Amino acid sequence: MITVYHYLILSAIIFSIGTFGVLTRKNAIVIFMCIELMLNSVNLTFIALSRHLQNMDGQIFVFFIMTVAAAEAAVGLALMIAFYRNRESIDSDDFNMLKW
Amino acid sequence: MYDYLWLIPFFPLVGFVINGLLGKKIRNEAIIGGIATLMIFLSFLVACGNFFTLLKDSEKVHQQVIASWMSIGNLQIDWGFLLDPLSALMIMVVTGVGTLIHLYSIGYMHGETGFYRFFAYLNLFCFSMLMLVLGNNALVMFVGWEGVGLCSYLLIGYYFDKKSAGDAAKKAFVVNRIGDFGFICGLLTLFWALGSKGVWTVNFVEIAENAHLLESGGVVVTVVTLAFFLGATGKSAQIPLFTWLPDAMEGPTPVSALIHAATMVTAGVYMIGRLNGLFAMAPDTMMTIAIVGAATALFAASIGLAQNDIKRVLAYSTVSQLGYMFMAMGVGAFSAGIFHLMTHAFFKACLFLGSGSVIHGMHHAYHKAHLHDDPQDMRNMGGLRKKMPITFITFLVSTIAISGLPFFSGFFSKDEILWWAFAGERGHWMLWLVGAIAAGMTAFYMFRLVFMTFFGEQKTDPRAKDHIPESGLTITLPLMVLGTLAAIGGFWGVPHVLGGIFGHMPNYLENFLAPVFEHTQVLNGIEIKPEMAHSKALEFGMMGVSVGIALVGILGAWFMYIKNPELPGRFVASFTGLWRAVYNKWYIDELYDAVFVNNCKRIGTFLWKGFDVRIVDGIVNGTAWVVKGVGSGLRYTQSGFLHNYAMAMVVGVVVIVGYYIFG
Amino acid sequence: MADYLLSLITFFPLMGMMILLFIPRDNEGLLKSFALGVTLVTFLISLPLAFDDVFAVSGGMQYREFHEWISIGSFFKMNYNIGIDGISLWLVMLTTFIMPIATLSTWKAVDKNVKGFMALLLLLETAMLGAFVSLDLFLFYIFWELMLIPMYFMIGIWGGKNRIYAAVKFFIFTAVGSLLMLVAIIYIYYYAASTGAPMEGFGVQEFYRLGIPSAAQHWLFLAFAFSFAIKVPMFPLHTWLPDAHTEAPTAGSVILAAILLKMGTYGYVRFAIPLFPEALQTYLPLLAFLSVFGIIYGSLVAMMQDDVKKLVAYSSVAHLGFVMLGIFALNMQGMAGGIIQMINHGVSTGALFLIVGFIYERRHTRQISEFGGLAHKMPIFATIFLIITFSSIGLPGTNGFVGEFLALVGAFESELRWYAVVATTGVIFAAVYMLWMFQRVMFGKVTNPENEKLKDLSVREIVIMLPLLLFVFWIGIYPNTFLSKMNPAIEQLLNQVKSKQVAVVEPVQPVIAQTLELK
Repeated sequence: MITVYHYLILSAIIFSIGTFGVLTRKNAIVIFMCIELMLNSVNLTFIALSRHLQNMDGQIFVFFIMTVAAAEAAVGLALMIAFYRNRESIDSDDFNMLKW
Repeated sequence: MYDYLWLIPFFPLVGFVINGLLGKKIRNEAIIGGIATLMIFLSFLVACGNFFTLLKDSEKVHQQVIASWMSIGNLQIDWGFLLDPLSALMIMVVTGVGTLIHLYSIGYMHGETGFYRFFAYLNLFCFSMLMLVLGNNALVMFVGWEGVGLCSYLLIGYYFDKKSAGDAAKKAFVVNRIGDFGFICGLLTLFWALGSKGVWTVNFVEIAENAHLLESGGVVVTVVTLAFFLGATGKSAQIPLFTWLPDAMEGPTPVSALIHAATMVTAGVYMIGRLNGLFAMAPDTMMTIAIVGAATALFAASIGLAQNDIKRVLAYSTVSQLGYMFMAMGVGAFSAGIFHLMTHAFFKACLFLGSGSVIHGMHHAYHKAHLHDDPQDMRNMGGLRKKMPITFITFLVSTIAISGLPFFSGFFSKDEILWWAFAGERGHWMLWLVGAIAAGMTAFYMFRLVFMTFFGEQKTDPRAKDHIPESGLTITLPLMVLGTLAAIGGFWGVPHVLGGIFGHMPNYLENFLAPVFEHTQVLNGIEIKPEMAHSKALEFGMMGVSVGIALVGILGAWFMYIKNPELPGRFVASFTGLWRAVYNKWYIDELYDAVFVNNCKRIGTFLWKGFDVRIVDGIVNGTAWVVKGVGSGLRYTQSGFLHNYAMAMVVGVVVIVGYYIFG
Repeated sequence: MADYLLSLITFFPLMGMMILLFIPRDNEGLLKSFALGVTLVTFLISLPLAFDDVFAVSGGMQYREFHEWISIGSFFKMNYNIGIDGISLWLVMLTTFIMPIATLSTWKAVDKNVKGFMALLLLLETAMLGAFVSLDLFLFYIFWELMLIPMYFMIGIWGGKNRIYAAVKFFIFTAVGSLLMLVAIIYIYYYAASTGAPMEGFGVQEFYRLGIPSAAQHWLFLAFAFSFAIKVPMFPLHTWLPDAHTEAPTAGSVILAAILLKMGTYGYVRFAIPLFPEALQTYLPLLAFLSVFGIIYGSLVAMMQDDVKKLVAYSSVAHLGFVMLGIFALNMQGMAGGIIQMINHGVSTGALFLIVGFIYERRHTRQISEFGGLAHKMPIFATIFLIITFSSIGLPGTNGFVGEFLALVGAFESELRWYAVVATTGVIFAAVYMLWMFQRVMFGKVTNPENEKLKDLSVREIVIMLPLLLFVFWIGIYPNTFLSKMNPAIEQLLNQVKSKQVAVVEPVQPVIAQTLELK
């Protein structure tokens, strides 16, 4: 029997993988994908709890998140292209122009 | 006649404005000097008119108010004048001696570059002095008081490209300002003290009328009079503020004669006379004045013994004679003090002008011979009596007068002071003794001066020796007039005891001044001690003693400088330390420099560099520095690396979530 | 016309500035003449105020103008509320009088961006006049802050070597003080509204009658006093002044000394003292002490300066000590002395800065040691300098004496007697530092070859100085012209203060003082 706990644990694992990726990877695209992972883990939680609590609010939130994620992907990728044009790199260590 | 009182100071003011603004364009010395002399002479005529009208008038106090000066709340101050016997006498002295010295200056200052400037200042001085004398309230007096200080500054600094002249001028003004501090404090305390009794006034007549409201001998009166006395010591060069006067000799000689002998320096004496009602109420102050006066008389005379600069000797002599006047004021012999003021104006002005004539001649000679010796050093003179006969005779007459030999003017005034110092109710035999010793010293150094200058061998550089001329008429005429006054001026105030000799001659001066002083003296019991009042023998005896002391001084000078000219050198050699201390004026200037001047400078520097820059600016700049430091420390947290920010976020989230879960 | 006279005077320079902005920037001659014209016309239209005898009769506010201006909801109301009495009258006159002189002094001194300088000058005049005529605290605050900006730029752009430091220091000092004042102003407004007392926006005259509880008065007074003390400047908040003065261009120094500093003293007279009479009693000994200390301190530090301008700046600290002492005496003579001394300081110190400017333009240095013997080369200059020096020293017959004397009389009559005795020593020090400086600059032989070719004052420079000299003697010899018109206003102000004060508490005095008290 797969209970809601399984979903939550899975979602936590995915979120952790995403977090770990954001913190360790240098490639901006990979970081970006990791952020998507984190978002989707949250989506999973929402869906699971929505089902568990018999409440549709969670599912509505998921739609919002997916919309925002799409917009974010568009903006983020555009930024990355702009950045690549400047620096010929998308390595996040090169994102240091705000530095003191 | 009293309606024209304002003209007396007005004429010199006109002279000042004309010469000050147009003098540079006029250029002609005769016109410039003529205008200035004419203006002060016109003042003299008006002063004569007022004086003789007052002499016959039974009403002795007259005021004239020109305009209101400051009027606010209970403070009402007018531009007003006061004519009473005291001020009448003073305007006669100021305008009379002033006219003579103006005339003298035309000859003396001939060819100087700032000729017009000199006469403008001289007129301004006369204006200020007359304001001082005539003011009917303390504030107008203070205008004159500071005005004469200003003119003194300008005239001492007349040769302003000499550093010593600039220094002396500044010193004179600053020391006078210390006195002015006392004057202002006294004035303000008096205004408040009388005001709290319901009389808000600075008017002299009203002060005199209401002085009795204050407690006689009380703290307030003592403080007020002491403060005023501090003012007087500044202006009249008494201990401890006398150091400026000898330096003031940097000014041209007519200035020394007019300002630093005859008129300005006597302002302190005049002021005490003007406020005599108040002073008489404060026995402690009176005692202080008498002691300071006596001490100054002795102290300055001792310095005068060793000076070689002809004008410096006279300067210390002036300080010493002013000490006499203060001693007179202090023992309550107000009219004797004023009497000595008048006779001193005659003989000291004559002495200064005579020394000026000598310096003029010496300078002329050195100039002709292209030498740069000091024309004021007595060691370069000698035997001048044949070269400058008029100068010599007038100088000798004045010297006899100042030494107090019988029947010359100084004899009467000095002996009256000494008699009061001895026999007055506030006198003491110690005061008399100090005064008598100082009189002996005076006779000694004055005759030393005469012997060194006019007698003996001529020690002038041989190249210049034969070029010393007698001065011209503009110089000798004032000398002759003043010399005559120095000889006979004393007969106006013959003491009662001597009156019998001259056919029961009354003491005109004392009677004339009586309305100003008598009231005070009766009120406050300042009289000759009753047990001595009728002892004619004693008075004659004292007179004999003081004449004897003077003769001893003269003989001593003759013995040391004519009979045995090598004696002074031997004396110096055997008492080197003492002689050097006297010669260097007992190191008073150095003492003041070390104690006051340098410490003020040190404090100023400390406050500026230590307090302002370090502490106040330090706090301000320190605040800025702390903000900057904290900022530059914190900026390292903004590494610019994405990972650091992300890590910080994660850590933050973990901490917060952890706090809620486990906390 | 008379109904709007005050507004016209206040905003005429601003209108002039608007027009000035349309003049091409290369036409420097026209720019300067235009600015001079505007300031002169402002002076002329302000003259009727000085000749109006109403001030000699009534101590109330005259030339009132009142318009509603900003209202936020029904609660906050700021009004355009202006008027003058016999006290602000003379400060307005001083401002309109000094401005043409300051403008004329820029003729040769300002050579870069003349247009900007002239525009700022005119803006500054409006701001200063506005501050003196405001009767609404909020309006006052706006003008008060508005003054800061032109001055900041004048120092920062046209100043000397160290100008940025000086400008920032000036700005920060003043801004800190004024923010405190703003808080206090808003608090008073809330308090007034909460009592339901009749109010006209931030109208200061209504606030006078409030009777603020004494606990609140204390910090309100301190906030105001702090703000004004910086502007005066009182010891120990004075250190911005020497820097600002030294770095500012001549015109800036003149305006700063002659008018801007008066904002602080005027602030005490108009706001801090009548608004918080009870708190004043508590802090009076402290403030009097700081004033007297400032006199001695300023004098001693001035004595040791080797830069002429810094010397004059420190002498300002001493002079304003006399102003403050007179004001704190809280009686007719003291107050009048303080106000006269404000005008005097404007005239004399303004003149001194002009004089320093004259030699700076010729030699481009202000070090005293660089000069010496100038009296030979520049006799007219020497004469004028001498007169102003003695006016600054306070010689009787010149303006300086009247102010100092009245302030001291006032202090002697009040409980500040012992402070006054100490303050009187200031007259000695004034002579020391001024005469020493004068001697080193003017007397002696010409030792520096660069001074050999110095030219005496030009006609323009003499024209600048003449009006100042006129007032040196006018105030010195016949101050009644000014006193008679400020008397009623001072009387009213003092009644205002005295009626609000609780029974007078004697400040602590030394033991001798008590023995001296008359029985």
